[in-house]
Amino acid sequence: MIIAQRKPLEEIKEMVASYEKVLVLGCGTCVAVCFAGGEKEAKLLASELRMARQMEGKSTQIIDHTIQRQCEWEFIDPIKELVASVDAVVSTACGIGVQGMAERFEDKPIFPGVNTTFLGMPVQPGEFVERCQACGDCILDLTGGVCPVARCAKSLMNGPCGGSQNGKCEVNPETPCAWQLIYDRLAKLGQLERMMEIMPAKNWSTSRDGGLRKIIREDLKL
Amino acid sequence: MSGDNGKELVVGSKLERLLKAGHFVVTGELGPPQNADRSVIEKKAGYLRDAVDAVNITDNQTAVVRMCSMAVAKMLIDLGIEPIMQMTCRDRNRIAIQSDLLGAYALGVRNLLCLTGDHQSFGNHPQAKNVHDLDSITLIQMVRQMRDAKKFQCGEEIKGQEPRFFIGGAINPFADPFDFRPFRLAKKVKAGVEFVQSQLIFNVPKFREYMKRCGDLGLLDKVYILAGVGPIKSLAAARYMATSVPGMDVPQEYIDRMANAVKGIPQEDKKARREAWEREGIKICAEIIQQVKEIPGVAGVHIMAIEWESAVPEIVKEAGLLPRPKLEA
Ligand code: SF4
Ligand code: SF4
Repeated sequence: MIIAQRKPLEEIKEMVASYEKVLVLGCGTCVAVCFAGGEKEAKLLASELRMARQMEGKSTQIIDHTIQRQCEWEFIDPIKELVASVDAVVSTACGIGVQGMAERFEDKPIFPGVNTTFLGMPVQPGEFVERCQACGDCILDLTGGVCPVARCAKSLMNGPCGGSQNGKCEVNPETPCAWQLIYDRLAKLGQLERMMEIMPAKNWSTSRDGGLRKIIREDLKL
Repeated sequence: MSGDNGKELVVGSKLERLLKAGHFVVTGELGPPQNADRSVIEKKAGYLRDAVDAVNITDNQTAVVRMCSMAVAKMLIDLGIEPIMQMTCRDRNRIAIQSDLLGAYALGVRNLLCLTGDHQSFGNHPQAKNVHDLDSITLIQMVRQMRDAKKFQCGEEIKGQEPRFFIGGAINPFADPFDFRPFRLAKKVKAGVEFVQSQLIFNVPKFREYMKRCGDLGLLDKVYILAGVGPIKSLAAARYMATSVPGMDVPQEYIDRMANAVKGIPQEDKKARREAWEREGIKICAEIIQQVKEIPGVAGVHIMAIEWESAVPEIVKEAGLLPRPKLEA
């Protein structure tokens, strides 16, 4: 899922300082599961904003609402009237949701309430870790199901580099070395010979480097 | 073209000729300055000139901005010293690297050391975006392909002069997983590396074991291995290397020797303590050189005394490696 983190209250307060009536719009999918911008968090942010603005003697017309997803028109369109009734929106969805809102409501300021951080998963309660960078050409079949693009600090195709020590990455002693993980996993699968093969220079044109990515599925078109 | 003992020369650099003639080679390292002052290079080059056969020019080592390695390599050529230009994958994509290689060859550079590069979080611009379009192994492949197949990385033909480098790489026998390290060298050999320099060696028995395993894989005839050594400057430096440098293995024995070196010298006498440490550091380094020289497959040593280049002549002398061989033009 997409993992995000709530922005500091101060920053959000600044963004909406000049607006009277503000909607805090939560999103009920990824950001809800990672406790950054779901219904509960949207409510909490709205009340924090109200309190902060009250202390400054400013308008406290802060309302909140949550929709299932801000990345699909079918969930965005039904809240047209609600959005029309406010001066600005703080969206606690990921960057995709914020942009979905901005595209639908052209004349309404939409502000991000979270920092969209990575594609990952909660590995244990309270700990979220990156797993994929959407490189567009998945090689997990070659690396024992461990992604070197996202999980190696240098996205090496032929690791581990000389900084791998005691299973940890040179960049951060808390972080497992992705290539040690790949090595261990291939050993368990009885596929260590894969480590001996040279992986060619990666084609990054399928990744963000190739420009905006788009998929057309004729079979799904109306 | 062939060398002194008939081995085919592919590039004809001094380093290649000495190695193929069977000399025990000594390479050094020069860290470019964090400014645009040419005189720094001239001064450091002066220490290295007669002590080593070729000199590595680091490429923004530890991700700190420094004078560019190609410019410094050219300065060394003008000073009559053979450079080994380092190239990392951290700051340049395949377009920039290939362009630099064309330029470096045109300027007379003939040895290239292909590296992954230290992560930018270690340096003075941790906010920088890193590149890592290639890694050290795919970089080696690319340099080899440009030379031997006269093709750019994309497969297009290089029309006209191709860049021809004697191709180097790095090995760290002390990184993990230890069992995989000789295989990693095998991969570099398969990619086309011709010589490698190792991470600083303090743990000689472990390095010996690594070399044995490389021998078991049949690598010793396929690649020239230069053992990396360097002088420890102080007790604090020894402790720092032992605990804080990723991939470095400094046995307690040397930390103790550095501690003992200043026994009896009062704390206040900073100068005497510094000198005692430096003497001991140089002595340990020369001892390690003598030990690694006896290990089968070690074709030379690579002395890393960055920011202490002045120690190199003494180390080489103490290790009994002077004078350096001369080559006929
Ligand atoms: S290889 Fe690419 S698509 Fe597959 S997990 Fe890694 S970044 Fe994601
Ligand atoms: S230590 Fe491992 S994860 Fe870290 S950069 Fe090196 S290979 Fe990648």
